[in-house]
Amino acid sequence: MGGSVPAARLRRPATTGLVWRQLDHWRIRWRRTWRGSAITNFVLPILYLLAMGVGLGAYVDEGGGRAALGGVDYLEFIAPGLLATSVMQNAVGASTWPVMGAIKWDKTYFAMIASPLRTRDVLVGNLGFVAARLALTAAVFWLVLALFGVVVLPWAVLAVPAGVLVGMAHATPLFALSARLERETGFMLVYRVGVVPMFLFSGAFFPVSQLPDPVQWLAQSLPLYHGVELVRGLTLGRPDLLADIGHVAYLVLWCGVGFVLADRALARRLGG
Amino acid sequence: MGVGRVEQTADRPLPTPPPPDALVAARGLRKTYGTLEAVRGIDVTVRRGEAFGFLGPNGAGKSSTMRMIAAVSPASGGSLRVLGMDPAEDGPAIRSRLGVCPQDDTLDSELTVRENLLVYGRFFGLSRAEVARRADELLAFVQLGDRADARVEQLSGGLKRRLTVARSLINEPELLMLDEPTTGLDPQARHLLWDRLFRLKQQGTTLLLTTHYMDEAEQLCDRLVIIDEGIVVAEGSPAQLIGAHSSREVCELRFDVDDHDGAVGRLQRLGERVEALPDRVLVYAADGEAVAQAVHDDLGLSPRSTLVRRSTLEDVFLRLTGRSLAQ
Repeated sequence: MGGSVPAARLRRPATTGLVWRQLDHWRIRWRRTWRGSAITNFVLPILYLLAMGVGLGAYVDEGGGRAALGGVDYLEFIAPGLLATSVMQNAVGASTWPVMGAIKWDKTYFAMIASPLRTRDVLVGNLGFVAARLALTAAVFWLVLALFGVVVLPWAVLAVPAGVLVGMAHATPLFALSARLERETGFMLVYRVGVVPMFLFSGAFFPVSQLPDPVQWLAQSLPLYHGVELVRGLTLGRPDLLADIGHVAYLVLWCGVGFVLADRALARRLGG
Repeated sequence: MGVGRVEQTADRPLPTPPPPDALVAARGLRKTYGTLEAVRGIDVTVRRGEAFGFLGPNGAGKSSTMRMIAAVSPASGGSLRVLGMDPAEDGPAIRSRLGVCPQDDTLDSELTVRENLLVYGRFFGLSRAEVARRADELLAFVQLGDRADARVEQLSGGLKRRLTVARSLINEPELLMLDEPTTGLDPQARHLLWDRLFRLKQQGTTLLLTTHYMDEAEQLCDRLVIIDEGIVVAEGSPAQLIGAHSSREVCELRFDVDDHDGAVGRLQRLGERVEALPDRVLVYAADGEAVAQAVHDDLGLSPRSTLVRRSTLEDVFLRLTGRSLAQ
């Protein structure tokens, strides 16, 4: 008997190779679990779109809201916001409980690092899987928006990768948190004081300029505000290039810092 | 075969070079977590083809040692070579040739029995066709073929452990590491697993296992070390250890609570050694029956029960540490 792969080639294996070996793992898991998240990811945002964009929107538009919203219908205003926020919520879901489960309950990460995979390979593989999920969420949501007639080509196409970026800016720091948390009760706190207020005050439903200054600053310090602004400009076909470069840079910063923190947290948790 | 990362201390002699067929060579191996010293300088050599055991109570440092050898937990000191390589440098290369069956089943409960093997084999760079072939073979080997499409969460503890063993064999490992393989299993499931492990050993797979069951160590291990509080207290084959540290036979006596203490003092002169446990007294002697007879005839004691048996590793552990393994 013997190892099926020459040892010499494995001495310093490239992360990319070891990440691709996880393809079947994530693919089969996804096939098993996607139905559960479909309702939260698609059905709920579409209900929001109908209730608020169409229902509430009629009043907003009649009441002279268009001017305050920068000359667009309320539906056009919140539709890209809902794309960004639903990708964010999907990212939160994918980087909290499943991560804790793979450390604490099923301990599947421990099985994975007993194979040639290293902690970082597992992290990159898992985040790649999250990004693929987010891309699908963003793309399907984008098609729904197209059916509502609120996307303006060609810029709107970039709303999908922008949506993935928004999601990953949340997924990586939350992955780091999940890799540190001992108990799932911490997640309730994340939702109540983090995700839900951020969702409401990110500028998805009304311009943050309506908020008192300190709250406005707080909202603007969080990645979701920048995601909403970026996705909205692209979807409506009128990006503000200079501002968007800033938004992208800020979101990339969150992804990068989140990745470093997640890498450290996971290495400490799995390799002690 | 060199020695990696030697931390030489004044009171430790130069490590002896491991034999050329050593799959695992640890010298002065240590593991600390903050201020806790889990492993305090262990010397161990595991040779190709043997079944080697770490016997010791819970918390003795067995699992920490196993995790260092499995190249998932860095050593805090000493030197360690696994398959001739340094785990700190060549983790992926070492792990590609190991099979690891951890104490907790780390199976993916979202997947089916067969899918657990299919995805795991891919981590080792095996093709889908090769993994599928090996998965079916291994499911047959651990007698799970008829449950291939069951969800893992529907399996009993014994079946999950068998699946974990099957998964650890997917890369045809040279060294199979099993951490407490039968803890928590019912007797029937234990015997089935022992039978499978024995077959693997006969096929030439080197086994390294931890256990706190002396019967498991006696059944499976060619050689073992007894570990207590992070150090090796004895090493040898089960028979050698018993020969060196215990008498041939033991006479176990249970007395009424009121008679227990008085009896202990009077029994001292009957055997080579007497151990008083809270619930029974063990008299160590070459001829246990003679002791049982003498308890009656010479001392006039009437224990509630008398059992004469061969010495076991449990007795060795008791002798060496003053404590019982099972506690």
